[in-house]
Amino acid sequence: MVAVKNHHHGCMNPKAHMQKEVSLEKAMASRVIAWPLKLYDCSLITDGASCLILTKPELAKTYTDSPVHIIGSGQASDTIGLYERDVYTTLNVGRLAAAEAYSMAGVSPADIDTAEVHDCFTIAEIVAYEDLGFCKPGAGGQFIEEGQSHIGGEVAVCTSGGLKAKGHPVGATGTAQAYEIYLQLTGQAGKRQVADAEVGLTHNVGGLGATGVVNVYKRD
Amino acid sequence: MDEIRPFTIESFYSFVTEKKLMGAKCNNCGRTSLPPRPMCTACRSTDLAWQELPKQGTLLTYTVIHVAPDRFSDSTPYAVGIVEMKENARLPGAIRSIDPKDLKIGMQLTVAFDQEMVVEKWPQWPRYYFKP
Ligand SMILES: [Zn+2]
Repeated sequence: MVAVKNHHHGCMNPKAHMQKEVSLEKAMASRVIAWPLKLYDCSLITDGASCLILTKPELAKTYTDSPVHIIGSGQASDTIGLYERDVYTTLNVGRLAAAEAYSMAGVSPADIDTAEVHDCFTIAEIVAYEDLGFCKPGAGGQFIEEGQSHIGGEVAVCTSGGLKAKGHPVGATGTAQAYEIYLQLTGQAGKRQVADAEVGLTHNVGGLGATGVVNVYKRD
Repeated sequence: MDEIRPFTIESFYSFVTEKKLMGAKCNNCGRTSLPPRPMCTACRSTDLAWQELPKQGTLLTYTVIHVAPDRFSDSTPYAVGIVEMKENARLPGAIRSIDPKDLKIGMQLTVAFDQEMVVEKWPQWPRYYFKP
């Protein structure tokens, strides 16, 4: 269902690598890559580039009439080896970085209108719902089943199409997430625009969850 | 002699050659690192001692690889899992001698060792694996 959603979002993003709808039946019937993950659970291998201009709030207006503010930032690290971790149904870095970012921003998960998360595999997006506090631990599957992460749901997740459909040009993925949030918070996201998006979030993870960064953004 | 081997992956495999599963036990906090690390990942102490671990463990989680890197593509589908050998001492590895469909989280697995040296650029050691 995450793949179906993110492919659908990708179709509305002219810069997405994969602008093709996929049905739940087709995704479920695709070949196994690493059980239980199938072809449509895996993100893409993509070439791409992205960039951001970061500056002081006082200078932002000299570059653009519609800047977006980073109001919270969190970073965390963990062991590289999965076997050194206590649980496999959460990424510690996601939870810790989110707590730090929410605290700095003075917002709660319920305040987030749209988020770009590290959906390298579909399960990673479901784990991210839980780690970011969009739902309770264990309720991530239900969250997508209820359409809460769709545009129009509780929090629109991966409106760009995510790593799944927008693509995963590894070095560019993080800033590309921030770019999507910038578009959303400045009302430039076209067909995939989240109505009245005010607060956005990016969640990026590297090294099998050995490192994680969460940023919270607010429109001007 | 064992005490003076450095707490590295290389030493771990030198023990594997002797069909031993050795971890680094932290003398400060008691946690066992497996494979060993030169520093305890829990408390950062370097006061460590080699500790032989039981060869029987519990399967914590696993996957079945259908699309493999070239050198393993002849073996697909094959299972890879993480096995808990004792509290806080977990080891990742291939699971052989069982149909992946019959694997169950929580089942007991035993460490076994390849007879022959794997002649490749890396690692130049016999490998361990798990079996029922
Ligand atoms: Zn220790």
